[in-house]
Amino acid sequence: MNAKRQNKVAIGTLYGIAGLVVLILLALLGYILVSGVPQLSWHFLTAPAKAFTKGGGVGIQLFNSFYLLILAMLISFPIALGSAIYLYEYAKDNWVTNTVRTAIEILSSLPSVVVGLFGFLFFVVKLNMGFSILSGAFALTFFNLPLLTRSIEDSLRTIDPQQREGGLALGLSRWETITRVILPAAVPSILTGFILSAGRVFGEAAALIYTAGQSAPALNFADWNPFNISSPLNPMRPAETLAVHIWKINSEGIMPDAKAISSGASAVLVIAILLFNLAARYLGKRLYKRLTSA
Amino acid sequence: MFMSSDVQRRTAMQERHVTQPHEAGHPIVLATEDLHVYYGSKEAIFEGDLQFAQNQITALIGPSGSGKSTYLRSLNRMNDRIATVKGRIMYRGVDINQPDIDVYEMRRRVGMVFQRPNPFAKSIYDNIAFALRLRGVTAKTKLDEIVETSLRQAALWEQVKDDLDKSALALSGGQAQRLCIARAIAVKPDILLLDEPASALDPVSTSQLEDTLLKLKQHYTIIIVTHNMQQAARISEYTAFFNQGRVLEYDTTSQIFTNPQVQVTSDYVSGNFG
Repeated sequence: MNAKRQNKVAIGTLYGIAGLVVLILLALLGYILVSGVPQLSWHFLTAPAKAFTKGGGVGIQLFNSFYLLILAMLISFPIALGSAIYLYEYAKDNWVTNTVRTAIEILSSLPSVVVGLFGFLFFVVKLNMGFSILSGAFALTFFNLPLLTRSIEDSLRTIDPQQREGGLALGLSRWETITRVILPAAVPSILTGFILSAGRVFGEAAALIYTAGQSAPALNFADWNPFNISSPLNPMRPAETLAVHIWKINSEGIMPDAKAISSGASAVLVIAILLFNLAARYLGKRLYKRLTSA
Repeated sequence: MFMSSDVQRRTAMQERHVTQPHEAGHPIVLATEDLHVYYGSKEAIFEGDLQFAQNQITALIGPSGSGKSTYLRSLNRMNDRIATVKGRIMYRGVDINQPDIDVYEMRRRVGMVFQRPNPFAKSIYDNIAFALRLRGVTAKTKLDEIVETSLRQAALWEQVKDDLDKSALALSGGQAQRLCIARAIAVKPDILLLDEPASALDPVSTSQLEDTLLKLKQHYTIIIVTHNMQQAARISEYTAFFNQGRVLEYDTTSQIFTNPQVQVTSDYVSGNFG
């Protein structure tokens, strides 16, 4: 076979593989949307779930998912940012940092159900936090931290070392160089990593079943005092998320319209993640423009 | 035994020949004494004893790997976390190669421009202004004034004065390098170190850069590493020739190029090796 022919075959094969991936993705998305979107209505998105009768919604689960996402990101992002900056910008390349990196690698491949059981034993039982949003947020932090740290470290790595030297040569300290030169330049890339991990957190079920719980007590959306048990903001209440809800009604749902609700909830989950991605991408571009005046 | 005339000449020449600057009106502002640089256990600079005269351009030339960049980067301690620098670096009577020196303040006085232009991902204005803001210059009028004079000194003002809020990343290579010079001189340094600043530029940009440097030497002491011997000959008053980590010859540029005292220098400047 001559080189030209070989090249054509290779390109053809790669196109085929890429096409297959896209096809699978589209089929999956299509199935979820086609079966789910007809179930969507304002009522479905806002009403509380019903256990035995038709016509329940996913309002509380949807709110719980977002609230848990925000809390988990609030806890994990600063820690991930700090450790990534330390690992890449400050730490010397020795056995200690290598051990830390290996630990992060291992932690990132931990099955989420193991993270969930650990969270159950440690936060829920040992620290007596009960099935609560906070337990769930901590479990999600464990689940999220390694990947977020890795992705931020990779973002820092993409910034030319010459930028650091440029800052130092102006008489800036390392810290000033990192915060004023490196981080602004790395924002779009850090944001992409943030979005991807937020998507994973939003869709995560296994780590939450044993930590945030599988019940969604009625909430009073007029009460925003986080210390009241029926307040949506109370972090100590049990909170079933959308993904957990889908898992639950598929395994033990006894309402007559379980299948429809499951389809609808899946569509909501997918659309929410999609919207989240698009919005964050747009924000990232805007932010980069503002920070760099590009 | 016969000896060819060439070999005779070689043996007649000294192995090293260093003449420090001593012209009146140009005091020595920077000098290294007994400088040694190590990368781990490998010695990269064996003995760099050079003195630099104020408001003059000194060129450091030599083949790749001869240690000229390593030497230059040691002068404002950019090698701090990379290499071990031993010996004294005397800046206006103070040894700046001491652990208790405020290295950030020192680098503000001994600025540096790099081989590849490295503008920050900020606007042209902010590339210059943000380091000043961090040092407490916050008045808008004062900042505007410094930005303009720096850009004028770097011969970039006319081209960018209407685009100050545009990204510096959109500038051409030559413009970006001049922005880096403007950025360096905005913090009012005393000495400007340039590490092959024209090696990534086209001939036109290079000649503009050289004109700029010739004007800048009225205000600054300039030390420039260059691969380009014509460049060294065109712009510098003094030239140091580096080879294998040693300064083999240091003298006025005209001496180095017309009457080198060391055989290796002679071979290098006449293009026989390097």
